[in-house]
Amino acid sequence: MSIALPRRRVIPGFGLTMGFTLLYLSLVFLIPVGAFLLYTATMSWETFWNAVTQRQVVASYKLSFGGSLIAATINLVFGALVAWVLVRYRFPGKRLVVALVDLPFALPTAVAGIALVTLYASSGWVGQYLDLFGIRVAYTQLGVIVALTYIGLPFVVRTVQPVLEDLEAEWEEASASLGADRLTTVRRVILPALMPALLTGYALAFARALGEYGSVVFISGNLPFRTEITPLLIVAKAEQYDYHGAAAIGTVMLLAAFLMLLVINGLQWWTSRRYGQ
Amino acid sequence: MTTATTVLETQDTLAKRWRRATEEPAWLRLTLIGTALTFLALFLVLPLSVVLYGAFEQGLGVWYAAIRDPDAMAAIRLTLLIVAIVVPLNTLFGIAAAWAIAKFEFRGKPLLISLIDMPFAISPVVVGLIFVILFGSQGWLGPWLSSHDLRIIFAVPGIVIVIAFGTLPFIARELIPLMQQQGKEEEEASLTLGASGWKTFWHVTLPNIKWGLIYGIILCNARAMGEFGAVAVVSGRIRGETNTMPLHIEVLYNEYMFTAAFAVSSLLTGLALVTIAIKSLVEWHDERRQRLAVL
Amino acid sequence: MSIEIDHVNKHFRDFVAVDNVSLTFREGELTALLGPSGSGKTTLLRIIAGLEQPDTGRIRFHGEDTTDLHVSQRGVGFVFQHYALFKHMTVFQNVAYGLTVRPRRVRPGKAEIKRKVMELLELVQLDWTAHRYPHQLSGGQRQRIALARALAVEPKVLLLDEPFGALDAKVRAELRRWLRRLHDEIHVTSVFVTHDQEEALEVSDRVVVMNKGRVEQDGSPEEVYDHPANPFVYQFLGNVNLFHARVHDGVARIGDVALPAPEYEGYRNEQGQAYVRPHEIEVFADAQHQDALHAKVELVSVVGPTVRLELRTDNSEALVHAELPKYRYRALGLQQGGDAWIRPIHSRVFLPDSQVSNG
Repeated sequence: MSIALPRRRVIPGFGLTMGFTLLYLSLVFLIPVGAFLLYTATMSWETFWNAVTQRQVVASYKLSFGGSLIAATINLVFGALVAWVLVRYRFPGKRLVVALVDLPFALPTAVAGIALVTLYASSGWVGQYLDLFGIRVAYTQLGVIVALTYIGLPFVVRTVQPVLEDLEAEWEEASASLGADRLTTVRRVILPALMPALLTGYALAFARALGEYGSVVFISGNLPFRTEITPLLIVAKAEQYDYHGAAAIGTVMLLAAFLMLLVINGLQWWTSRRYGQ
Repeated sequence: MTTATTVLETQDTLAKRWRRATEEPAWLRLTLIGTALTFLALFLVLPLSVVLYGAFEQGLGVWYAAIRDPDAMAAIRLTLLIVAIVVPLNTLFGIAAAWAIAKFEFRGKPLLISLIDMPFAISPVVVGLIFVILFGSQGWLGPWLSSHDLRIIFAVPGIVIVIAFGTLPFIARELIPLMQQQGKEEEEASLTLGASGWKTFWHVTLPNIKWGLIYGIILCNARAMGEFGAVAVVSGRIRGETNTMPLHIEVLYNEYMFTAAFAVSSLLTGLALVTIAIKSLVEWHDERRQRLAVL
Repeated sequence: MSIEIDHVNKHFRDFVAVDNVSLTFREGELTALLGPSGSGKTTLLRIIAGLEQPDTGRIRFHGEDTTDLHVSQRGVGFVFQHYALFKHMTVFQNVAYGLTVRPRRVRPGKAEIKRKVMELLELVQLDWTAHRYPHQLSGGQRQRIALARALAVEPKVLLLDEPFGALDAKVRAELRRWLRRLHDEIHVTSVFVTHDQEEALEVSDRVVVMNKGRVEQDGSPEEVYDHPANPFVYQFLGNVNLFHARVHDGVARIGDVALPAPEYEGYRNEQGQAYVRPHEIEVFADAQHQDALHAKVELVSVVGPTVRLELRTDNSEALVHAELPKYRYRALGLQQGGDAWIRPIHSRVFLPDSQVSNG
């Protein structure tokens, strides 16, 4: 009496949903990306290397990676602060503020781009005051950082917020009852608990900033060697039918994105192992 | 907190400077709130205001004329056509993927989830480039396509596919955790009561994921309408033909037609505001349900 | 409708959940599947329902093979541990669900559904909750609604997974008796899973004790409690004292006490373990019986009408637990810290290497 039965699942629809998922994912995403990587792979190493190490391209890496790093760091600090304020304090209009945090996520990047350049141009609402102190934002590297900060703003807030909400008050009470002052409690109890979320948010903001195009191109002014970000170079090369050059730089950006995903997944894996969630 | 502070104030007369273990002193609290709100005002409220101000500065008539401009109308029509194709496809994908992932166990599930997340991390510009290299006139399939008189790049199909790629994860990412958290007990209960798979999905699963699905769809829609970088690469910016709304905004801006640029922007901004309003509604709904579940 | 489980096996990865189980649940009986967590009882229940597929083996309802029948066609009423009530439907809609999802041809009319649902809600005494939502009900009420929902489709068998597990003690005891009365009214073949031996013994016609995926014993509550088949069942069903015993020719000896052990007729001088329940130990205040063992009373605890004693015998390292009625305890005049004499009046001996089948 040991006849092996064919595998059958109780809840129906596995074949249908899985089939459609894989088909759609393959057609829209996997096959095109695979073909693209294959295209790059057919290039000679020399073509590839020359394309990705042109002086103008290297200058754009510096701006893209450096600017994204700075923007993500600004978001790390202010995102944590915003999350703290939104979770712990009450003030009029808080619901509205909570909702607004997602704006950079929902507002088209082109709209954000023209809004930012209008604000920070030397005649703009903010730019005219900054001008008094000799600070120029529009058409400078500072402008790139402003746009990348804007675009990464929701990430740290949104990853830290739920963790902060779930933080047991008992921890802080225990810390205080053991004689710690408030600053010590924040430093020794709260920050370590938030660390994985902070890092994840940081990585997400960085990854998003790295690939950003729309909100940056208006405010940056796109001066070669000065304010050209890497995605802009890709667009420029594609428009000039320099597919090899574009594909080579695109592959570098693609690999950087995969690497960031790996880091983020690793962080989440580490968090779940360490905190058992 | 208003009631709590009044209680604290009356206590203050008894025990000066009494403070809860989880609270900061008032001056610090106010400083932190002030700093956070200034930061948010600078980065969120001002850009929003400048768009709306720019759009309506010269009155409703000018705004309306800018929208009714034939090129603007063509861009709006094209954008609506594209989301009418992309959003239903990505909705089907999101529901199918969430069903497969949340209701079944299979090998490689974490890998599949990561794959679904991936388009989100890829630069929109690279997304556009991928399809230019596949289908462009100098691309891999270019010669074959032109010999069969098919156009993908610098035409609507190309725009549809890059937007589908770019907005692929949004609905699935919304539904997967939601359905995983709800488990499969209710579906099993429905099946033991004799319901078919479709009926179970329709009467039991769908009502449970309704709000998350609505938010996913509206977010996917907003992102699809606003997609810029990827479309910029594949569209060719042919006025009245392959210009979507964001591209049209860029064109207007570069031609120094700022009011018109902001007028078209105000439509997309309105959509973005509706999107985050619906998100707040969904969250509010969830909170209420969780509160009720605790009772 | 009888249920026959025929050589069923089920494993999850390396874990053997159900290990070659064969059982028959007779028509109209209320059976408890009793066992510790991880014993495979819930898996077995879900296999009967068609919510899990067995690796091998067959399930038959009244002789008809249902192993390959989909859960939605199998006609079982399943009550989930956490009720699985549909949150977005009212109580009425929940109970009516099984009827409203039938294909149009066999779906009862609106009025008929309404009549039926209200009848069931009256049966579970919750007709006044018809228009409420599940979250507005208490745990015990949700449990009864889940039961009404399962009964609405007129199931051939009723399966309940830890039906009282999530409820507090008082509600649990009430619902338990209520379920028994309900079963006597409707007489549908029912199987429920529990890890609570008291619940199993009180409610069911029959108890199946499971451990590590296997059936340890299958019998009436009295049989299982009074004649456990093996040490596991003995220990799982209630407290028990272990004594060293010597078995010789149908007699077991614990110290000087000789007790009949007819199942060991013909055995010679075997060492084994005697299992004695606390209420099977007689306690005396003086040495009136010469074979009784001397012990010190270490702890006296009065639990309502019974008194539990912890005693230490002269040559034993383990405590002996004894239970006696309060009046008897008073009559004896025992004192904490004082002397007592004890004598087992009934025991069951298991030899280390041989397991005797149910005696």
